[in-house]
Amino acid sequence: MGNQNVGKSAMFFRLTGINVTVSNYPGTTVEFKEGRLNLGDETAEIIDVPGTYTIEPTSKAEEVAAKMLKEGDIVINVVDATNLERNLYLTLQLLERNVPVIVALNLWDEAHHKGIDINLRELEKELGVPVVPTVAVTGEGIKTLVSRIKEAKAHKKRHNEKERWARIGRIIKNSESIKHRKETLLERIEDTTVKPLTGVPIAIFVAFLMFYMIRIIGEGLITNVFDPIFEAYKPLVISLGNAIGPGTLHYILIGNMIGGQIDYVQSMGLLTTGLYVPIAMVLPYIFAFYLILGVLEDSGYLPRLATLIDTVMHRLGMHGLSIIPMLLGIGCNVPGALSTRILETKRQRFIAATLMAIAIPCMAQIAMIIGLVGRHGIAGLGIVFGVLFLVWLFLGLILNRIMKGGSPEIFMEIPPYRIPYWGSLLKKLWMRMKGFVAHAVPYVLLGVILINMLYFSGLITLAGKVTAPLVVNVLGLPEDAVGALIMGFLRKDVATGMLLPLGLSLKQLIIASVVLAMYFPCIATFVVLFRELGLRDMAKSTGIMIIMALFVGGLLNILL
Amino acid sequence: MEIPITQLKGGEKGELKRIDGGISFRRKISSLNIRPGKMVRKVTSQPLRGPVVIEVDGRRLTIGRGMAMKIFVEVNR
Repeated sequence: MGNQNVGKSAMFFRLTGINVTVSNYPGTTVEFKEGRLNLGDETAEIIDVPGTYTIEPTSKAEEVAAKMLKEGDIVINVVDATNLERNLYLTLQLLERNVPVIVALNLWDEAHHKGIDINLRELEKELGVPVVPTVAVTGEGIKTLVSRIKEAKAHKKRHNEKERWARIGRIIKNSESIKHRKETLLERIEDTTVKPLTGVPIAIFVAFLMFYMIRIIGEGLITNVFDPIFEAYKPLVISLGNAIGPGTLHYILIGNMIGGQIDYVQSMGLLTTGLYVPIAMVLPYIFAFYLILGVLEDSGYLPRLATLIDTVMHRLGMHGLSIIPMLLGIGCNVPGALSTRILETKRQRFIAATLMAIAIPCMAQIAMIIGLVGRHGIAGLGIVFGVLFLVWLFLGLILNRIMKGGSPEIFMEIPPYRIPYWGSLLKKLWMRMKGFVAHAVPYVLLGVILINMLYFSGLITLAGKVTAPLVVNVLGLPEDAVGALIMGFLRKDVATGMLLPLGLSLKQLIIASVVLAMYFPCIATFVVLFRELGLRDMAKSTGIMIIMALFVGGLLNILL
Repeated sequence: MEIPITQLKGGEKGELKRIDGGISFRRKISSLNIRPGKMVRKVTSQPLRGPVVIEVDGRRLTIGRGMAMKIFVEVNR
């Protein structure tokens, strides 16, 4: 247990080796996580408790923390060595609970850099429990911590609030000395990035730089790495195709020949489109996005962004922290939907989840939109993303108006800037990539099989006829586009790719891309939203999506 | 002169005197080691009644305007 942003999740990761995402913004652990730690011949169950400043709960996350405390046999209290005074308040409260405590004095390296000197002997004597200096991100001190867990001790002297602070004052006086030193560059820019006059231009620049870098890295990887790999792989597929000969198997594995050739986007075979779309078209952008997002998260910039955007978010029925689900949603809507938990009220979570699911296409879909619409120049892309942004904005304004209640005020600690530690940055990136490949590729393959079966059985043609009044008359798309809309329930990236063989005009491509982004969440997001929002709110949310998609698509059909 | 921190100028410091509001709000603030006697620096405030950023003991905190109006500091002007 410990305060927010002191490295609890990093510590948990070090102790258990389980995959936990560690980020430099509050609320990474809204639900607790469990893992196992080997203690020689025994194993202990370890729980990662949400950050809390007091065991008298003042928020939802702190309530969870207080509840978890009752179930623990031993508390590993993670303490921020750079902010001892405040952190010790929780430590004293824990000590009063008659549960054995061991203190991990984390961020030990940072304290050293800041000129903070802590007398460990003295601190141990004062607290009466083991105190071990650690650096969780690098693993320093973790072994000592584990070996000393047995020494954890319980006390039970009760204090009131005033007495606790008085005691902390004494402890600090006896065990800590701070040398004055010059401000670092990072500290000097802290204020600049939250002051509106300088912070807003910096935020716009950061956003611009972020998307520019994603595009450069994504495109670079596709042209220089993945396209050459798939070109080299082509003869293999061709000879395999020749070996099987024409027939159903050929159709399923290789797909349609476009002009006598394999076309990786259009052929719709398992070994062609089924692999090319997720790996060569989408994965490079996923990689680029999570790399950049990781840097933003670990540097501590996001809480500053949340501060700057708070005023705008309030107009949309949320507050500044809602920027987190929106940003995560750009990577994949599933973690985006999960992270709405960091918001306090049901109303806020509903608005954030709905806006994210309707107006924020995931990186996989964005990559395909760039590949498809981008062929016709930048203007089409501008319209697609501009329209989605307007939908996000106006729907937020409307929901804020018509839904009862208000949004609570923001209350958030801004962590100091930290230079991202490459080890944990790359580990996080690796986990997210693994997650993408493990979840996306099977869905894509399944989708490709399903769509082939639907085409084979003639069901797509039937569905096209049935939905013609909407798809053809309102949206101005050909009947065949319904195939892409069906695929969109499973994977929106493959669905967007399916628009290519239809020979759509730029206008139709724009409408189809926007509608595909808006009309319904993909199955994975749907499941998470259902769990987070419940049946009623999920029904409301999807109702809004379907109606808005038809409305906006129809409007674009008239206007463009 | 005792004023709420919303009325501090950007960069101005004051000594924290009292925190109004309910017990849970006061507890929330004090558990962050923001207590009477501490020096509070207002870093900045966001326009259009946006949140206020304060600094206490080198730690920055973003708080909504309504909450900030309940925290009073003593300043020499």
